[in-house]
Amino acid sequence: MPVVIVDGQEIEIGADERLNCIEAARRAGKEIPHYCWHPGLTVVASCRMCLVETGQRDAATGKVTMVPKLVPGCQTPAKDGTVIVTESQLVKDSRARVEEALLIDHPIDCPICDKAGECLLQDYHFEHGQPERRADLHPFTSRRRDVGPTVSLFVDRCIMCTRCVRFTREVSGTGELMVSARGSQEEIDVFPGFPLDNKLAGNVVDLCPVGALGDKDFLYQQRVWFLKREANVCGGCSAGCSIHTEHNQDTVYRLKPRENPHVNKWWICDEGRYGWHHLHDPARILAAGRRAARGTNGHGTPGSDFDAVEWADVVTRLRDDLKAAGKLAVAVSPMLTVEEAWMLCAVARSIDPEAFLAVGHVPTAGGDETFPGGFTIRAEKCPNRLGVEAVVALYDPAVRQWGDLLTHVEAGNANAAWITGGYSRAWIDEATAGSFAELSQLVVQDLFDSPLAAHATWRLPAAGFAERAGTWVNVAHRAQAFVQAIRPPAGVWPEARLYWNMLGRRGLYDAVSVRRQIAESSAAFAALAGDLPATGVDLRILQFAAP
Amino acid sequence: MKPFKPVLLEAVGVPDGHTIASYKSRGGYAPLEKVLAEKQPADVVEMVKSSGLRGRGGAGFSTGLKWTFLPKDHPGPIYLCVNADESEPGTFNNRILMEDDPHQVIEGIILSSYATRASTAYIYLRYEYPRSWHRLQGAIDEAYAAGYLGKNIRGSNFSLDIYLHRGAAAYICGEETGLIESLEGKRAWPRIKPPFPAIEGLFRKPTVVNNVETMACVAQIARRGVEWFKSIGVPADPNNPRDPGSYGPKLYCLSGHVEKPGCYEAPLGITARELIDGFGGGVWKGRKAKAVIPGGISMGLMTESELDTPLDFAGPGKVGCLGLGTAAVVVIDDHTSIVDFLHNSCRFFAHESCGQCTPCREGTSWSLRMLERIKAGKGRLKDLDILLEIGQTMGMMPGSTICGLADGAAWPIKNAIKKFRGEFEDYIRRTNPSGWMVTDPVPALQIVGAH
Repeated sequence: MPVVIVDGQEIEIGADERLNCIEAARRAGKEIPHYCWHPGLTVVASCRMCLVETGQRDAATGKVTMVPKLVPGCQTPAKDGTVIVTESQLVKDSRARVEEALLIDHPIDCPICDKAGECLLQDYHFEHGQPERRADLHPFTSRRRDVGPTVSLFVDRCIMCTRCVRFTREVSGTGELMVSARGSQEEIDVFPGFPLDNKLAGNVVDLCPVGALGDKDFLYQQRVWFLKREANVCGGCSAGCSIHTEHNQDTVYRLKPRENPHVNKWWICDEGRYGWHHLHDPARILAAGRRAARGTNGHGTPGSDFDAVEWADVVTRLRDDLKAAGKLAVAVSPMLTVEEAWMLCAVARSIDPEAFLAVGHVPTAGGDETFPGGFTIRAEKCPNRLGVEAVVALYDPAVRQWGDLLTHVEAGNANAAWITGGYSRAWIDEATAGSFAELSQLVVQDLFDSPLAAHATWRLPAAGFAERAGTWVNVAHRAQAFVQAIRPPAGVWPEARLYWNMLGRRGLYDAVSVRRQIAESSAAFAALAGDLPATGVDLRILQFAAP
Repeated sequence: MKPFKPVLLEAVGVPDGHTIASYKSRGGYAPLEKVLAEKQPADVVEMVKSSGLRGRGGAGFSTGLKWTFLPKDHPGPIYLCVNADESEPGTFNNRILMEDDPHQVIEGIILSSYATRASTAYIYLRYEYPRSWHRLQGAIDEAYAAGYLGKNIRGSNFSLDIYLHRGAAAYICGEETGLIESLEGKRAWPRIKPPFPAIEGLFRKPTVVNNVETMACVAQIARRGVEWFKSIGVPADPNNPRDPGSYGPKLYCLSGHVEKPGCYEAPLGITARELIDGFGGGVWKGRKAKAVIPGGISMGLMTESELDTPLDFAGPGKVGCLGLGTAAVVVIDDHTSIVDFLHNSCRFFAHESCGQCTPCREGTSWSLRMLERIKAGKGRLKDLDILLEIGQTMGMMPGSTICGLADGAAWPIKNAIKKFRGEFEDYIRRTNPSGWMVTDPVPALQIVGAH
């Protein structure tokens, strides 16, 4: 195994790993500061913050020959015998000078800058900068320029790392951003008439190490040090990108991509990035309701046809109603987690042992869209079709789909239906909803009212993606577990809590225990046993390994 | 000083010396035909290598050695780029060659392409040379008509096309990888090396980048032989194994405060004083020289007492200059303020820094701002220390930048301050009697943008 020596500490790297000095030093617990380098972009070695001393240890004699000058860590490969010195006085002085140089033209407007608190320029200045300013003091300027519908450029804050420019050229392939002018007059800009407007545009804001690129959606909404972050999975499409949900006091403020080499690398699309606003939509269903007796108005919400029902009563009365109705058909929404789907099927079969189980409506839009950098936005706009199909298959190997359920209901084979939704957008039309008009019981569990509400006898709220805990299986069979980031609005029980209680389980819903139980009881989910890594597991792995 | 008959400049003053007829009458293109008929490419490489020809563009790297870095048995294409982006202040030797004897350059290009097995050559010409552009294009057309360019040149199996590309006026395009980027149609940001252009250059193919004067030297070596070339100049220092010697004639561009500025051909190793007094007629108006730039502004400064330094590839380095550079000797007389000189130098580099690497982008502009402030009578002694620190830490040699532009910007700063510190201090004390000792940060002056 090749050995790299970082500040005297020997670390082994993989024989065919291609690491640069920054990555190798990180293995040894040494952080080499850097701005322009990003693992997902080409190396330009231009910020010069990662300058280190390097050398080569002779394998035979053990003698170390140092390179007589500083070299950029991002550009220098770490090979067997490479010596990296990250803490010499020469390196420290060099970092301090680069910090000083970057701050010469920087407005230092941290108090009004959205990046403050998560800004590399700030962090590195405190860690590597010099205590006093030697450069001449400049009058404060903070020019703001719109570069696209979602992104604002604060021109004077830019340190010209060109990460954003490289992103639009290499990953999104749209090339809107460029560097204009020369030397210290240089600025990031767009070509006239071609704004930064692509489906991955928001990533340039994540890439920006300073406060130059601002996301208009998040700008001035919240100071970043108030934000808490939870590891979540995006529910926008079947790609299942790993994200961080950043929230404060049960309000989501932004979503950020979470690095996952198996799924989304470092990126997410704008559709997912801004796909959290429905969580705080006042039009959401916020209470459980049962249709009032005909001719009377419900006493739940003024003007509503539903009587508000306490959740404790929902658990019993819903079961009674469905049991009384007879033959039950259930649509298991692909927005549900594996755990929720599994519990829902169990609940349904406990009410009607012959219950017809089908995968719920799978929303799609257009075709899969792949970008030059390899990132793909999926046409299937739900996160867990594969997971739900696998759960349904445990009960019914035929794996019925939404269309089958409609046929089943239209043929008069069901007396009651339980439709789970959780869709953030309108998904069903009047005509389709009409298929359920004749049922004696129709339970609709969704985020927003749909045409189904006209026929529903039970109207139950659903949880949004950040309000759930559980596991989703993406289009590549990768199962990712995630925790609940925020509490749902008052009056809303996440689906899992309702099913948990309907199954008569004690205490609070615990996604991990349900997942373990699923993994133990079915071969298809065997990979979910034990703790899942943050990047998820491939659901097929153990099955392939089986004899 | 021995009289020296110009070789590279023999066409200067010849009526219609730039035409192919005139060039052939002086013996041109005959060596090319001989080489194509009798020699293999490897022989030409060996010839240039044994002549000890070092690149005339500034760095002085052995031309033959550079050619041998090309990968062996490469399926091609291999490119030859001729660097005619002559932008170093004070330099005009390429211009003379391209305007007065373009065929000499073209013959050199054909020979070099033959040696490197390049079938396409690009001449990257700086925008500001319209006359060179017309003359070179005319000469290329003549060479095509005469069968020295195109397919199967003179019945050999060797084909070559030369494209003349006109740049858009940026100093950084003279850096070889900046030139390559610009030729590819991109922003001229120098590339990180390795890979060197010989491995991966223009359009990601092996590429040789050579200077115009180097090409002319190749033509002359082919015509007059290796022995002739080695008889001129300074042999290698036997005590310094890293000195390959400085052979051949060199075009010195003499300008500034001399009686007769111009481009003079002399053997490498002529001293600055010989050049100024012998060719230039001495410092103008009977004054004394205060300082002399040995080879373009980025090489730094020599003082009057250092003028006996030989201007070969090793000489200027011995007195603290960066090197011979382009051998553009600029004389600064004793009536000139060195503060003004440095201000001018800093203004040039702040304008021309490509802006890629932080230390150069900010260092050049910071030094200009300080010089602006010093000139405006608000200088502080502390500024000199900061300037010196910028000069000593900015550049490829300390490792803080990708290309050598920053070294070129740094050298005048550190040479000027080290060699003329007294004058700077006097200036600052005199113009800022109340504030020269201030060490706290001071408000910046508004300066006019570079564009």
